[in-house]
Amino acid sequence: MTSQVSSPAEQTGGAEGAEGAEGAVVGGPRGSQGPGGKEVRRLDRVIIRFAGDSGDGMQLTGDRFTSETASFGNDLSTLPNFPAEIRAPAGTLPGVSSFQLHFADHDILTPGDAPNVLVAMNPAALKANLADVPRGAEIIINTDEFTKRPMAKVGYETSPLEDGSLDAYNVHPVPLTTLTVEALKDFGLSRKEAERSKNMFALGLLSWMYHRPTEGTEKFLRQKFAKKPEIAEANVAAFRAGWNFGETTEDFAVSYEVAPATTAFPTGTYRNISGNLALAYGLIAASRQADLPLYLGSYPITPASDILHELSRHKNFGVRTFQAEDEIAGIGAALGAAFGGALAVTTTSGPGVALKSETIGLAVSLELPLLIVDIQRGGPSTGLPTKTEQADLLQAMYGRNGEAPVPIVAPRTPADCFDAALDAARIALTYRTPVFLLSDGYLANGSEPWRIPDTEDLPDLRTRFATGPNHTLADGTEVFWPYKRDPRTLARPWAVPGTPGLEHRIGGIEKQDGTGNISYDPANHDLMVRTRQAKIDGIDVPDLTVDDPDRTARTLVLGWGSTYGPITAAVRRLRTAGTPIAQAHLRHVNPFPRNLGEVLKRYDKVVVPEMNLGQLATLIRAEYLVDAQSYTQVNGMPFKAEQLAKALEEAIND
Amino acid sequence: MTEVTVPDGSRLLSLVPKAEGRQSMKDFKSDQEVRWCPGCGDYAVLAAVQGFMPELGLAKENIVFVSGIGCSSRFPYYMNTYGMHSIHGRAPAIATGLATSRRDLSVWVVTGDGDALSIGGNHLIHALRRNVNLKILLFNNRIYGLTKGQYSPTSEVGKITKSTPMGSLDAPFNPVSLALGAEASFVARTVDSDRKHLTEVLRAAADHNGTALVEIYQNCNIFNDGAFEVLKDQERAQEAVIRLEHGRPIRFGADGHKGVVRDPATGDLQVVEVTAENEARILVHDARAASPTTAFALSRLADPDTLFQTPIGVFRSVERPVYDTQMAEQLNAAVEQNGKGDLAALLAGNDTWTVVG
Repeated sequence: MTSQVSSPAEQTGGAEGAEGAEGAVVGGPRGSQGPGGKEVRRLDRVIIRFAGDSGDGMQLTGDRFTSETASFGNDLSTLPNFPAEIRAPAGTLPGVSSFQLHFADHDILTPGDAPNVLVAMNPAALKANLADVPRGAEIIINTDEFTKRPMAKVGYETSPLEDGSLDAYNVHPVPLTTLTVEALKDFGLSRKEAERSKNMFALGLLSWMYHRPTEGTEKFLRQKFAKKPEIAEANVAAFRAGWNFGETTEDFAVSYEVAPATTAFPTGTYRNISGNLALAYGLIAASRQADLPLYLGSYPITPASDILHELSRHKNFGVRTFQAEDEIAGIGAALGAAFGGALAVTTTSGPGVALKSETIGLAVSLELPLLIVDIQRGGPSTGLPTKTEQADLLQAMYGRNGEAPVPIVAPRTPADCFDAALDAARIALTYRTPVFLLSDGYLANGSEPWRIPDTEDLPDLRTRFATGPNHTLADGTEVFWPYKRDPRTLARPWAVPGTPGLEHRIGGIEKQDGTGNISYDPANHDLMVRTRQAKIDGIDVPDLTVDDPDRTARTLVLGWGSTYGPITAAVRRLRTAGTPIAQAHLRHVNPFPRNLGEVLKRYDKVVVPEMNLGQLATLIRAEYLVDAQSYTQVNGMPFKAEQLAKALEEAIND
Repeated sequence: MTEVTVPDGSRLLSLVPKAEGRQSMKDFKSDQEVRWCPGCGDYAVLAAVQGFMPELGLAKENIVFVSGIGCSSRFPYYMNTYGMHSIHGRAPAIATGLATSRRDLSVWVVTGDGDALSIGGNHLIHALRRNVNLKILLFNNRIYGLTKGQYSPTSEVGKITKSTPMGSLDAPFNPVSLALGAEASFVARTVDSDRKHLTEVLRAAADHNGTALVEIYQNCNIFNDGAFEVLKDQERAQEAVIRLEHGRPIRFGADGHKGVVRDPATGDLQVVEVTAENEARILVHDARAASPTTAFALSRLADPDTLFQTPIGVFRSVERPVYDTQMAEQLNAAVEQNGKGDLAALLAGNDTWTVVG
C-alpha cells in the first residue's frame, strides 16, 4: 500500500526487490492442480506489460486488468505509457502504447522495473519493449502481425519468432487476431470490426493466467457499449474466448495465483484510484470542507485535462467549470471567482504555468486564495506531453517577476493527490495566497488502491469573510482596511463583493500597508515585499519525519513528489541487503518544514534523486549550505527501484 | 445551493440587490485623488458613470469595476464600489470568473484600445461570443498613453509616433466591426464629451442581458489631442456624426439632408443626399435585427482616417442566451438529474473492496 508506509513494520515487511534482482517471476512452484488439471503456481508479485499500437486499446486493457486486480484485493501500482499522437502511424515504434501493472500479495511501491510478462500485439510493440524484459520472462506474441511488412516497418529483417533472437525468453506465440475473428464469426461483424476485439481476447487470456475475476469486465463492456449491444457481446465473447484459450491450450501449462494483500492493508473500504481522479475528488472535498463553491478556470492540456473532465461531471456539487479561451483566461477567471469568494482553481501543465505567470504574480499581490495545479510533463517548451518529469519546481518557485513567493505542495503517490489537494486548499484559504500543487504525469495517470476516507474525518477548512470595519482611525472613525493583516498568519481579510460598507479596490500596483491604497513609497514597498515573504515563510507545515529504523544510517535520501515510490522501494532493497539508509520525503517544498535544516545536518551525506537536473538539490544547497548530491533522470519515465538502489549504494560507499 | 433563475424576458439586472434609500453621484466617488492628466477625456467619462450609477439604484457593494492596464484602467480606484485593477488585457477574463460565479453582482470592465484590442484581444472576443453578463467600457483614444505615445491598434495607418517615426504600417481595428464579428449581442459607440449621449448608451448597456460593448471615443490631450475633433467641433460635427436611434430613419447633417440607403446592387450601405425620390429608401435603424449584417455595414461607413460620417449610438442590441445564466441552469439541472452531490458516495465510487482486520 503505497500511501500508507509510515509504520516501520510496513517498511520492512515483504520488501519489494528483496527477491531476485532481475525481477524474474518469483515464488517457487507449490504444485497445486488447477481446475483444468493444469498446474497452478503461487507468486507473491507479478509485473505485466501490455504493449501494442496506439489504436489497439492497450490502455483500456490495462485499466480493466487493474480494476479486476484491485477488486481481487492485491496491492498494485500502474504505469501507463503512451505517445502524444492520438493515432501515431500504425505499426511504428513511436506509435507503441503500453500499460504496465505491478500487483502483489504484499505492500508495493512502484509499477515495477522489469515485466515478468510482456504482451506484444505487433512487431513494433515487441521491438520497443524487449530491452526492458529480463531473460526468462514470458512473452505473449500476436503472431498474426508478424508478417513481412509490419516487421520491415520496424527493421526486423528476419522474424524474431524464428531467428532465435527470443530463445532466452519463454515465448507463447498466439495468433490473437485470427482467434478473435474466429471466435466472433457468428456475430455478423466485418473482419475489421471483429479484429478490434483482440485486446479483449488478450485480456481474457491474461485473466486466466492470473486467476483474475471476470464479472467486472463483462459488466464494464456491457455498460460501455450499451448503445451497441452487438459490439458489447462481441467483446464479451472475445474476452471469454481468450480465457478459454488459456484453459484448453497446452502451450499455457501453468497459471498463477497472487493472493490478496490482506496483511498489507489497514482495515477499511478500498478502491483503485488514479492521481488525477484523486486530485479532482480532493478539490471537491476541499470545497465541501471549506463550505465554498468550487470554481475551475482551465484550458485543456496534457496531462491535466482529466481533472477538467472529471470536475465538469460534478455540477451537482455546485462545481463551476469554465473552459477558457487560453491558459491566461483560465487562471484569470479563477482569480475573478476568488475575488468573489469561491474556492478557485486552475489546472494546467508546465507550458500553461509559463503563460499564467503574470496572473500568479497578480494573485500574490492581491493576496487572494487560488490553487494552481501543475501536472508536470517533460519540458522545455512542448517537450514530452505524455511523459513525466519534475522539472517545473523552480518555475513554480521563482517563475515570476519581482519577489513573488508562492507555497508549493507536492503529492507523493496517486492516492495522496487527494490529501495534497486538501492541504493546498488549507494553505490558500488560511493565508490568502496562490498555492502550487505540483503533481506529474506519473502520478496523474498511475493508479493504486486507496482507502476511502470517512468524510467525517476530513479537515475543517472553513474560513471567515470580513463582515465589518477592522480599523479605527485617529479621529475614531471605523474603517475597513483591506491590507490590515491577521497578526498570526499575516493574512489579509477576504472581503467579498456584496458585503456592505467594505467596498474597496485592489490591484497589481504596490499597495500601502494597511489601507491598500496605491503607494510608490520606497520604504512601504520594502515593507510590503518583506511582509509578503514573511507570510509565506510562516506558513504552518508539519515537521519532516525521517525514516531511519536503526538510527545507524549515515546517508539520508531526500525526495519530493512522485519519486516517493521508487525511492522507498530502493531504500527497502538496501536495508534488506543490510545497508542502512535514512529516508525523508518532502510534501512542502515552499516553505520547507522547520526542522529540515536540522535533519540534513544529522547525516554525513544527503542524496536527492529527482526527475530533473537537480532543482530541489539546488534549493537545499542554497538554503542550508549542505553538500546535497543530486541523482537525476530526465527520460520521461519514473525511476526504477533497482537502478536507484544501485545509485544510492554507490553514494553511500563513495 | 439552488441557483436563482430569472423568468424569460425579465432583466438579469433584477438579480442585483437594490440600494436602500436614494443615492447620489457623491456616493460613487472614492476618497482617492484622481490622477489623470488635466484635460483628459477620462474625467468626463468618470463623471458620467458616477452620475449615472444612482439612476440604476443598485446596492453599491454589489457593483464591481474590473480593469486591465492603461490610463483608463485606473478607473476602478475612483469608484466607491468594489474594484480590481488587474493586469494588461486580462480584465474580461477576470470579470468572466466573477460574473459567472456571482450573478448578484453588476460587473463592469473598463479597458482601452491597447488593453482590449492588442494584448487582450483574445479575451475580448471570447467574452463577447460567450455573452457573459458584463458591461465593457472601451475607452478608445487611438494611442498608447500610459507608455507615452506609441501607436495603438486603432491608430490610423501612417501615424507618426515615437515607435513609428516613418509612419505606422498597421491597418487599424474598427472596434465596433470587431465586436459585431465576434458575435456581440450589444454594441454601441459614444463620445466622451457628449454627456447626454454617453449616459443614454450606459443606460441601454446596463439594461442589456449579456455582454455589452461600449466604445467611447476619448481624447488623449497629451499624445493624440484632437483625434475626434471632427466629431466634436460644433460646425463640422453635424455633417460628420450619424446618430443611430432604433426605429428612426438614419439621417444626419443640417436638417437631415443626408441619409443612409442600401445599394440595391451590392447590398452595401451608402450615404446620399436625401431627395423626395429617395426619402422612402432611407434605412430605418433596427438595433434588434437578428442578423448583424446591417449593423456591420453601418460600422463601415466612417472613413477610418478622418472619422468622417461616424455612426454613434446603439448598433446592435439583441437577446440571446447568457453564459452565466446557462451555467447556473446546468448546475440546477445536474442536481435535478443526479440529486445534490453526496461526497461520501462520490469517493466510494462503484467498485470497492473491504479489508477486515
